[in-house]
Amino acid sequence: MSTTTDARREAPAGERIADWADGRLGIYSLAKANMRKIFPDHWSFMLGEICMYSFIIIILTGVYLTLFFHPSMNEVVYDGSYVPLQGMHMSEAFNSTMHISFDVRGGLLIRQIHHWAALIFLAGMFVHMMRVFFTGAFRKPREVNWLFGFLLFVLGMFTGFTGYSLPDDLLSGTGVRFMEGAIMSVPIVGTYLSFFLFGGEFPGGDFVARFYSVHILLLPGIMLGLMVAHLILVFYHKHTQFAGPGRTNKNVVGMPLLPVYMAKAGGFFFLVFGVIAVVAAIASINPIWAIGPYRPDQVSTGAQPDWYMGFSEGLIRVMPGWEINLWGHTLVLGVFIPLVIFPLVLATIAVYPFIESWITGDKREHHIADRPRNAPTRTAFGVAWITWYMVLLIGGGNDLWATHFHLSINVITWFVRIAFFVAPVLAFVATKRICLGLQRRDAAKVLHGRESGIIKRLPHGEFVEIHEPLDANARYKLTAHEQYKPAEIGPTVDENGVARKISRTQKLRAKLSKGYFGEGNQIPKPTAEEYEEITSGHGHH
Amino acid sequence: MKKLSARRRHPLAAVVVLLLALAATGGLYAAFAPAGKAQADETAQSLAIDEGKKLYSVGCASCHGTGGQGTSDGPSLVGVGAAAVDFQVGTGRMPAQQPGAQVPKKKAIYSQAQIDQLAAYVASLGAGPSVPTDSQYNPSGADIAKGGELFRTNCAQCHNFTGEGGALTNGKFAPSLEDVDPKHIYEAMQTGPQNMPSFPDTTMPQKQKQDIIAYLHAVNSDKSASPGGLKLGGLGPVSEGLFGWIFGLGALIAVAIWVAAHTAKAKKS
Repeated sequence: MSTTTDARREAPAGERIADWADGRLGIYSLAKANMRKIFPDHWSFMLGEICMYSFIIIILTGVYLTLFFHPSMNEVVYDGSYVPLQGMHMSEAFNSTMHISFDVRGGLLIRQIHHWAALIFLAGMFVHMMRVFFTGAFRKPREVNWLFGFLLFVLGMFTGFTGYSLPDDLLSGTGVRFMEGAIMSVPIVGTYLSFFLFGGEFPGGDFVARFYSVHILLLPGIMLGLMVAHLILVFYHKHTQFAGPGRTNKNVVGMPLLPVYMAKAGGFFFLVFGVIAVVAAIASINPIWAIGPYRPDQVSTGAQPDWYMGFSEGLIRVMPGWEINLWGHTLVLGVFIPLVIFPLVLATIAVYPFIESWITGDKREHHIADRPRNAPTRTAFGVAWITWYMVLLIGGGNDLWATHFHLSINVITWFVRIAFFVAPVLAFVATKRICLGLQRRDAAKVLHGRESGIIKRLPHGEFVEIHEPLDANARYKLTAHEQYKPAEIGPTVDENGVARKISRTQKLRAKLSKGYFGEGNQIPKPTAEEYEEITSGHGHH
Repeated sequence: MKKLSARRRHPLAAVVVLLLALAATGGLYAAFAPAGKAQADETAQSLAIDEGKKLYSVGCASCHGTGGQGTSDGPSLVGVGAAAVDFQVGTGRMPAQQPGAQVPKKKAIYSQAQIDQLAAYVASLGAGPSVPTDSQYNPSGADIAKGGELFRTNCAQCHNFTGEGGALTNGKFAPSLEDVDPKHIYEAMQTGPQNMPSFPDTTMPQKQKQDIIAYLHAVNSDKSASPGGLKLGGLGPVSEGLFGWIFGLGALIAVAIWVAAHTAKAKKS
């Protein structure tokens, strides 16, 4: 009589809790659908994880910092434990940051973890974005997710900038002043915008409190939402994988989320936290006590923003100081032009996926990641963009290049001005050549095998190097990519001999397509027939 | 004039002219000749000047001229004062190794005694700031916080927040102030060497100079603490960004590769 009730009573506690939750949240069907979700394995697929974990670390440490930070610009006199600033007048924001650094237990370490994690977060997003770019993982159906990721990077830049400005130290105050100048350079509305942002003349008494709510609430809130959407889309689209035997556009070969990836990802979170904590424990970042409180009449040399804003610093440092004076108004082109180029630099990489899909006209889904060499024009474009970005970073640090390499700052500035236009072109050409060379090498490896380094002397005295044939797996990987044909405009006259109307965009598209996939812009991959012919034993190669 | 001209052939005219000429010569001599006392002086001061002059002729005259008047290769040293010599030669900047945008600091090749002799000679060319005494530049008891404020107001534009140095135009630079002798910091402020403006006592009193020296000693010497760990050169976000990319993200990518290389093996069944 008691067997059924006994069996129920003996159900383990975990199962009972799960049952309870399933009745209310439907976790069984969720788990069934997702626990065995397969993810492919490659180290570069973990770059996004680095970003996510450093973002979580930033949020956790940021919460701790908010417990002690006072976002106020009221003037106070410092009487904390750092002697070289005692008796100085400073804002409460600076004072509380000093308090966190010297008088809150673990405060300095948490501050440094927060700031280092921010630098690494942005660097991680940059590298992650480049991984997606170079493997073509932005193609259909992932264009929207590419934009989500790009937005996360841009919002991360501004979250970083507002956070960097909060301590109200001399360095960040100079950065805020820089931003104010850039806003003021906008024709007509610039001064109004600036007064709106700062609640009057710079620096006023408001900007720390305003930046604070933007930094801890508005931007991270949007970023958190975007990150969740980004992850949901990764789940929905499934992860891309590199080509290999048994891997197609319709499957994913890898390990299940549970238990393999849960264990790996969970462990990796702690590894990321550990590495960032070690970096923060050994290296100082933003030592505001050495920098001093902000005062609008003071400025230091070597005032740069954090690295992710460095390219905007470069734009403004190398721009000639042009200005136009008309009817009693000044248009400061020396600041306004960099302000216009700043979003263009970012937009260039953001819109690329749409340009490429327009050129290829490919409407199919792609789940196999490209090897960068097999898309030479795309790879060359990406390298050219990175080169452009790096040139601007050099411009942003031109004074440190000058002092550390014993160069003239004027020469560096001129180098950056010229390289801004020339270096991306050179990088494009060189990268494309290298990609084509690698494609040729792949073709040779497939057809003739790997150079073994063993030299054989034939009976009649000839020396030949033995080539070892690749196994089928390797041959598959090297030939799995598909190659587009250049888009044709078609006949210029119709069947009646009347000139067909061809729009300019069609012509442009055909031209670009030829540049992408035309003769000499990709190396035809070896065909099965070629392989058969060479390996059938007829003739020596 | 007519009256004078009419009497120019007077028999006594020649005598009057002679008397006037003698009076003028004597007067000018009296006015310009070195004081008789200095000439007769055989004290240590004059010996130092003599020795300094000898050193000067060997080491400095090729650029600054045989009498310190300056040439196209080097500025005049008349009126620069002993403090300038003590700074330039004491920090090894002078004698210059080669012409260039700026003469860098190097190993001093003269002993302090020789530097004092050179300084005495150059000081004898014209009045200028003298070498400060220990009581002038000694920072003990100075206000470090005040010094920091003064430094950020007057010096940081070129020398960076804590005196790590910075770039100026066309290859010139503001040098790092790490572990510079307090006396030399004082002299540099006093005399304004090379591209640096001078801060004489009228614009920056001795007390303020001491405050600045005390601040630099607190934040940028081998004794200054770095509470956050490695200073990374004290150069701000550029070196921090480089460190973050290489050792932060670099280490994380290495870890990612390691994790990816240790994947679960598929069950063989």
